[in-house]
Amino acid sequence: MSNTPPRHTALDPLHRSLGATMTDFAGWDMPLRYASERDEHNAVRTRAGLFDLSHMGEITVTGPQAVDLLNFALVGNIGSVGTGRARYTMICQADGGILDDLIVYRLGDQEYMVVANAGNAQVVLDALTERAAGFDAGVRDDREAYALLAVQGPESPGILKSVTDADLDGLKYYAGLPGTVAGVPALIARTGYTGEDGFELFVAPEHAEQLWRALTEAGESVGLVPCGLSCRDTLRLEAGMPLYGHELTTALTPFDAGLGRVVKFDKTTHADDFVGGEALRAAAERAEAAPPRKLVGLIAEGRRVPRAGMSVVAGGEVVGEVTSGAPSPTLGKPIAMAYVEVAHAAPGTAGVGVDIRGTHEPYEVVALPFYKRQK
Amino acid sequence: MSNPQQLRYSKEHEWLSATEDGVATVGITEHAANALGDVVFAQLPAVGDTVAAGEACGELESTKSVSDLYAPVSGEIVAANQDVVDDPSLVNSAPFEGGWLFKVRISDEPGDLLSADEYTAFTAG
Repeated sequence: MSNTPPRHTALDPLHRSLGATMTDFAGWDMPLRYASERDEHNAVRTRAGLFDLSHMGEITVTGPQAVDLLNFALVGNIGSVGTGRARYTMICQADGGILDDLIVYRLGDQEYMVVANAGNAQVVLDALTERAAGFDAGVRDDREAYALLAVQGPESPGILKSVTDADLDGLKYYAGLPGTVAGVPALIARTGYTGEDGFELFVAPEHAEQLWRALTEAGESVGLVPCGLSCRDTLRLEAGMPLYGHELTTALTPFDAGLGRVVKFDKTTHADDFVGGEALRAAAERAEAAPPRKLVGLIAEGRRVPRAGMSVVAGGEVVGEVTSGAPSPTLGKPIAMAYVEVAHAAPGTAGVGVDIRGTHEPYEVVALPFYKRQK
Repeated sequence: MSNPQQLRYSKEHEWLSATEDGVATVGITEHAANALGDVVFAQLPAVGDTVAAGEACGELESTKSVSDLYAPVSGEIVAANQDVVDDPSLVNSAPFEGGWLFKVRISDEPGDLLSADEYTAFTAG
């Protein structure tokens, strides 16, 4: 992408000492996997996994009109987010195209933390800064202020409980509270990108290694393993979660992506003038009346793996495009997410395939997600 | 990792055993297997196929990508490892042993195959 040297997280020396295979991700040198990515995937599904996600971009929004700014700048109704709660939302262009998907944490009465994807953090920071004009609110780049560790998997509550006194039982999904974990101050959030129960821990970079080591020790007896971005991708794919640059782009509105529910036209403030609102109203009507394509799941009948950019075919015609694909460790078959023309998008539609290097491999159309955890 | 001394290696990261009656066994190296990650699908050349040194003769699919499998020598395929087709993870767990890919009756071989030490130096670069 550019000639700038890769950025390293606070845990970089630790990853190398663990023998991680590293990869460039959005300008960051990140662990791709430590050993077998399939074993890491299965550990998160059945036990627990520990991730370094310090590449994610934190932006703090504060001030008397912080909530008004966020209502104006984002597509969700941030006014309905209580202190200590979080919301999945998006930031769009004026034409409704998706700039990024975000999680907004309300840290205090007048304080919010916006977490953007690493590759979009600067774009989101710039957009929020620009959109803040005229609001009594400040936008602060806090990317350097935080390291982010995630503990994900069914054993994660037990592991975390052993290193914190924070009230985890009272911490609901999409909630966050400040606390102390393994002796270091942390924002403890019950969020994740794996389809499992789990936590994301925002800490000062100088505390990251101490926290990583404490969690590793606490999780050892229940099978926690360090996990790289490779299994994070297959975990989120099985869970039907979109990835920016694949299922979400500036060429698509949230309605095109099947995520129109994140757009709120009944906001507490700025319902009528939020950025992208007018275009999104039209997109909502279009999605209702005549959606061109729909995001679906595809499950392979064979063993060849679909990849992003491959054509979905039916009756010799191209009817869609794969946005993400991988061998699914849980299903034991290759799976994909794809935008497919509505006529071929219904679950069970016959005769749909993926063009894999010239061969039309048969695929079953299914509704997303591929995997849903038992609660 | 160490590359067995008795094998020869291609710059495409295949290994080639010593020949017996003109037939050599071919696999991919541990270095290549590690670079690929978990192999989930192996398409091997069929018995009777003629392969040409340096040309694609199959593919190995891993979590992240698909890679062409190159023939390190020219010749006729006399065996393909059905165990790897059934369980591609053998390529990761035993790349130099149970994860072998095919056996080829050599008709011609290129002059640039590497020794174990040369291959180790090649991958260290």
